[in-house]
Amino acid sequence: MSKRKKKKKTTKRYDGRKPDELRPIKIESGVLPNADGSAYIEMGRNKIVVGVFGPREMHPRRLSKPNRATLRCRYHMAPFSVDPRRSPAPSRRDNEISMVMRYALEPAVFLERYPRAAIDVYAEILEADGGTRTACVNAASVALVDAGIPMRGLVSSCAVGKIDGNIILDLGDYEDKEGQADLPVAYMPKMEKVTLLQMDGILTVQEFEECLNLAIDGCNQIYEIQREALKKKYGLEEQESDE
Amino acid sequence: MMSSNVGIVSRLKKRKINEVVATGKRMDGRGLEDHREIVVKTGVLEKAEGSAEVRFGDTWVLAGVKVGLGHPFEDTPDKGVLMCNAEYTPVAHPTFEPGPPREDSIELARVVDRGLRSAKVLELDKLNLITGKHVYMVFVDLYVLNYGGNLIDCSALAAIAALKNTKMRIYKVKGDQVELTKRTKALKITKEPVAVTMVKIGDSILVDPTADEEEVRDARLTITLDEDGNICTIQKTGTEGFTTDELKKAVELTTRKAAEYRKHL
Amino acid sequence: MSTRFENRDLVIPGDVLFEGRIRTGDNTYRHEGKISASRVGLVNYSREMVSVIALEAGFSPLSGDLVIGDVADIELGRWLVDIDTSTNAILNVPDAIDAPFRSDIVMPDILDVGDTIVAKIVDMDRRKTPILGILGRGLGKVNEGFIIRLTPSKIPRLIGKRGSMVNMILNQTGCEIVIGQNGRILINGRTREQEEMAVSVIRKVEREAHISGLTNRVQEYLKILKEEKKNE
Repeated sequence: MSKRKKKKKTTKRYDGRKPDELRPIKIESGVLPNADGSAYIEMGRNKIVVGVFGPREMHPRRLSKPNRATLRCRYHMAPFSVDPRRSPAPSRRDNEISMVMRYALEPAVFLERYPRAAIDVYAEILEADGGTRTACVNAASVALVDAGIPMRGLVSSCAVGKIDGNIILDLGDYEDKEGQADLPVAYMPKMEKVTLLQMDGILTVQEFEECLNLAIDGCNQIYEIQREALKKKYGLEEQESDE
Repeated sequence: MMSSNVGIVSRLKKRKINEVVATGKRMDGRGLEDHREIVVKTGVLEKAEGSAEVRFGDTWVLAGVKVGLGHPFEDTPDKGVLMCNAEYTPVAHPTFEPGPPREDSIELARVVDRGLRSAKVLELDKLNLITGKHVYMVFVDLYVLNYGGNLIDCSALAAIAALKNTKMRIYKVKGDQVELTKRTKALKITKEPVAVTMVKIGDSILVDPTADEEEVRDARLTITLDEDGNICTIQKTGTEGFTTDELKKAVELTTRKAAEYRKHL
Repeated sequence: MSTRFENRDLVIPGDVLFEGRIRTGDNTYRHEGKISASRVGLVNYSREMVSVIALEAGFSPLSGDLVIGDVADIELGRWLVDIDTSTNAILNVPDAIDAPFRSDIVMPDILDVGDTIVAKIVDMDRRKTPILGILGRGLGKVNEGFIIRLTPSKIPRLIGKRGSMVNMILNQTGCEIVIGQNGRILINGRTREQEEMAVSVIRKVEREAHISGLTNRVQEYLKILKEEKKNE
């Protein structure tokens, strides 16, 4: 009698993670003294710092909007953030991601409160390892709150995708390049609204739904980390003065 | 929301700083020859071959070293290439706008570069692979993350700390081609030049200026010294001049401060 | 009707503070029958209102606010003044020299770019731009002293109930202190030591603004600073 057991394949990814596992995330708020608000994030090997300035006078004034603030996002990679070294000049991809960051964050900010002003969000990628745009959105949300800019809620972001037929959460650089689909998603957990959705690759409709659910689950987990980062800044001071 | 109005010197600030400095102290309580707290961390990045993060007070610079393959310059076909680049990121200060390099970021890169080059920190002839065709290229990128004054000293220290920390992948010469091996080696550093910047406010000379002190300064002088006490670079800027006595004093001050800064490497 | 948090809990934007009918206070907004926080801070429930005491907020200009600013630009008949608002404030000539604008007035002679002024917000124009005035006691160009900055949301704490905190600091340090609602503080002491003491205390208030018992701690701190000064 042949024993034919159905072996359940535990799919391990390039870095040993389970399919629905996020990379380790660390977020710290208020790291840049000269910015109105700031945050530093490590998401796997990604290392990104985001600074927020504003609302402030917008130059040139003719580009300002009469009834709301203009949210300007800038995604920029340091030459040493990738291998081989890249030029510090902005590329088309940088420009596209800058726009995408704005799409993800705009719905969360009360722009109508500051007519004609500018709110500048500058993301500096110090080290890149796949999913930098999602890491930027996570840090930018925290930085905007740190700047005291009124928001409807936090925006959380992660990418889902497919590699070797498996649906996975939080694609690393290798999975980004070698996978069959890559979906960055930004989501506002408190409003239950998706503010950013992009896709690159091929998925069936069912796979897409699976991806979306997994992404929202990932975003909810990231939201808790963002919340902790914001609370930490005040919690520590509370402890310090318990003399 | 801090001011994004560019280039306006506050008259009140200038007056107060001049007043306080004349008594031998500074707005933050330091003596004229005292520097702020210096913090140096190396190996902070993984994709860069070498890296260092340096702070002078709240001035924060990240230096990344990338070593790759490239073509030599025409006039030095048998030497490797060293290039320094500086980026004034817009997060560093409300008046820094994104865009092409500003005059002062180019000056920063060039002053740090001259310090490394004059001191012959790298043995560029040892970085040759195939004369006229393939050499090692060493890029030092200085990333200014927070501007609190004295970018030159902070960046120069970060550059040296990052170079000391650099592990490069080795290429092997095979006939008229080069091949990447799996071996790495430490990049050899022959000297450790350190920059000391001083500003003149009224008749006083101050080290490690803050952003406010740089804003109201009458002149600025940077001297780079290697560990043998040799001067590698000098850069003077500003509308006022230094007397020869002041210059002599500045050199003496530099010798003391360079040793103090170098301790952090 | 329900509250989701306890009084003085730390909340972040998006946190649902209340479901049902109640007045919305500072740093909250209404959405789909719920009231949520719009800034990070401590939630405050009273019988008829829910609000958030923001821990991080920019300066929200109001008519009547005393502010300190720098002249950023000169236009015909008015100066543009940077007071850390989303757009620069306006100071019209008649609000600066108690005389109508005449074409032979040399504006830089009155106020030049780079000058610091203490002003009152006399009005907000249709586009929510603050309009300043410097006619009045204690207002006008600043010639002495220096400015330090504090997060605007902590200014009320620095002033204290009916000025109790700032008066304590004034009396104990002997410094002249003018507090701008926009987070800029002008300090002028007779000695540098007095000024350094004032700065030190103000920074302490900034760090510990949201922790109760601050007044006592500041009182103690001032005592210690003065002791140290005596022993020098």
